[in-house]
Amino acid sequence: MSEKNSVDDMSRSFALTTKLDALVAWGQRNSLWPLPYGTACCGIELMSVMGPKYDLARFGAEVVRFSPRQSDLLLVAGTITEKMAPILVRIYQQMLEPKYVLSMGACASSGGFYRAYHVTQGCDKVIPVDVYVPGCPPTPEAVLDGVMTLQKMIKDHTPRPWRDNWVSPYEKPVASLQPGVTL
Amino acid sequence: MKNFEMLKNDLSAKFGTDQFQFITTPVGDDVIECPKESVPAVLQYLKEYAHFNFLMDVCGVDYPARAKRFDVVYHLFSTKESRRLRVKTQLAEGEAVGSATSIWKGADWFEREAFDMFGILFSGHPNLRKILTHHQFVGHPLRKDYEADAQQACDSVLPIHFDNTPEQRGDLLDNRFVPINIGPSHPAMHGTLRVMAELDGETVIRANCEIGYLHRCFEKMAETHPYNQVIPYTDRLNYCSAPMNNVGYCKAVERLMGVEIPARAQAMRVVLCELSRIIDHTISVGTGGLDLGALTSFFHLFTYREKVYTLFEKLCGARLTVSMTRVGGMAQDAPDGWFESVLKFCDEVSDGIEEISQLLIGNKIFIKRTQGVCAVSKEDAIAWGYTGPLLRASGVNLDLRRSNSYYGYDKLDFDIPVGASGDIYDRYLVRVEEMRQSVRIIRQVIKTMPSGDYTIRDKNIVLPEKKDVYGNIEGLMNHFMLVIKGLRPPVGEIYDATEAANGELGFYLVSDGSANPYRLKVRPPCFAIYQSFAEVVKGSMLADAIATIASMNVIAGELDR
Repeated sequence: MSEKNSVDDMSRSFALTTKLDALVAWGQRNSLWPLPYGTACCGIELMSVMGPKYDLARFGAEVVRFSPRQSDLLLVAGTITEKMAPILVRIYQQMLEPKYVLSMGACASSGGFYRAYHVTQGCDKVIPVDVYVPGCPPTPEAVLDGVMTLQKMIKDHTPRPWRDNWVSPYEKPVASLQPGVTL
Repeated sequence: MKNFEMLKNDLSAKFGTDQFQFITTPVGDDVIECPKESVPAVLQYLKEYAHFNFLMDVCGVDYPARAKRFDVVYHLFSTKESRRLRVKTQLAEGEAVGSATSIWKGADWFEREAFDMFGILFSGHPNLRKILTHHQFVGHPLRKDYEADAQQACDSVLPIHFDNTPEQRGDLLDNRFVPINIGPSHPAMHGTLRVMAELDGETVIRANCEIGYLHRCFEKMAETHPYNQVIPYTDRLNYCSAPMNNVGYCKAVERLMGVEIPARAQAMRVVLCELSRIIDHTISVGTGGLDLGALTSFFHLFTYREKVYTLFEKLCGARLTVSMTRVGGMAQDAPDGWFESVLKFCDEVSDGIEEISQLLIGNKIFIKRTQGVCAVSKEDAIAWGYTGPLLRASGVNLDLRRSNSYYGYDKLDFDIPVGASGDIYDRYLVRVEEMRQSVRIIRQVIKTMPSGDYTIRDKNIVLPEKKDVYGNIEGLMNHFMLVIKGLRPPVGEIYDATEAANGELGFYLVSDGSANPYRLKVRPPCFAIYQSFAEVVKGSMLADAIATIASMNVIAGELDR
């Protein structure tokens, strides 16, 4: 279903596989380009993470890009509603490989205390999430810790079955899909 | 009240009010109940002859057991007399009431919301479509028979569309123009706003806003939670200045219960409110500069925001969403030395405000980009229901802290900045000046900070302190009773408003005597402001539209609730 990681493919055909993998992972983890998908309160706290005091740039995730084509880390910061979910999926699909998702806060991770008619109960219902950061909103330290966890995952080549087995929820037939409506 | 009697006589002479009811509620709100046929005429009369120039809110209430199940409630305000009036009418399912859009432009979105949430029909409304829920949503969620957690998945994105007002082309696109879609995921859209526009070159021919991408069902959540558990939800309305929402909500509940909170609690609330006004304006001014390309001001102002976060953290442990108030007072007293650190912050931020003033407000590029751009006249601002800094930037001197004073604001010495032209530049001037005034207010309040208790000690309202719960049987019992039985305000209803950073933050609360609110409607200031966006930016350049959206300081959490 999903496109294979092209860098990895290439690296496997060389003799220096492990070394090159390590080199690529070193580069990837220290130059994450985040797309700040700030929808709510967590978005304000994400500004603090980027801001002068906590300064995410110290961890190599400095270049904030608002275009999904230019970023490799989707920071879902805030509540994802049912109305927003298809847009989040589209943004995720537009990102190029390798790509990672960090879910910031209770709402993005599970719907939080909004057990409500218009709130998606966690963005992992629609996209694959690599790191969950708890809190409502999480402190900037917690987000930094989340980014460092992700960096470790990249370094260790942690298997990501949730990502490999992911299919867009809108590509398979859904009960409520109206005839003629496509994404 | 004498005025209400006079109004009653006037209305009887004009309409023959056999079917009208004139009620003054126990908390002192004036209410007129009238049949649905008379509503538009009564509203028109109240606006033209009784000086009720503002329509603050239109909302519905559902009583499924009644033959006519819906109440439609109009909240009016008169700047001349600083007085409120509520007009109510009853509707059965499928019945329609005349739209108020021809009387106040600002009724537009409020009526659409009532339609979306309850299925209430407004005849004569130019564009009665869903507004908050997604386009595949079936049913009306705020009806009492809709389950709070009945989610409905949405699997497609709404295409570009426009309002179906009679003089417009509706959803038909004109191939002479370029249709563009901005948002909901776009750096200039401050969260989750979505603007669709048709452009001729760079000129906006027409625009339309789609909202609801952050509709988190606040009002339904309030109906399913006890009074004190609603407070954390209010934090997340305008998350840029969370304590103000706490204060607004608690003040409404307290007034309904007839509770007067201690002087120290009032003073603490004022300090919290003014601190949040400052940090709200730092975000607004900072991101406003950011959208015009001035990155420095944003980072600079964020330093001060961080300092306030530290103060909040010291006070209660949370940075952003503080939930510091309780019905009856505050959750706890300020720690030793907290007020001194606030005063120290006041000195620091005063310098910061002057720096920003020079960096941004005195900056030639900033002035050229904002002065005279997308100005809103006084009359238009009132018709749309503008409140707060934007209304004052348009030249209307209305500040609830002065006109309907609460928590001792009338005894404080502060100025209310008023703009002249209502353009984007004036909005920033007003905001920066308000930050200076907030510093003045904080200094005065802390100077005369009353000692005494931080909350009332009514065992039916406030939980006993932990040492009593664990230390003696009476405390344990009171704690148990209040948790099991819940806080129960008397049957009744109230509309109460405070001056939040963005304008009038109103809470319309209906209590049926149970432990949960029967209905809680928030009147968010930016909802009324943002609905004017399409008209305000018509004919301007696209870049000016972006500057306008930033100057409106639309906070999605409060807009969509």
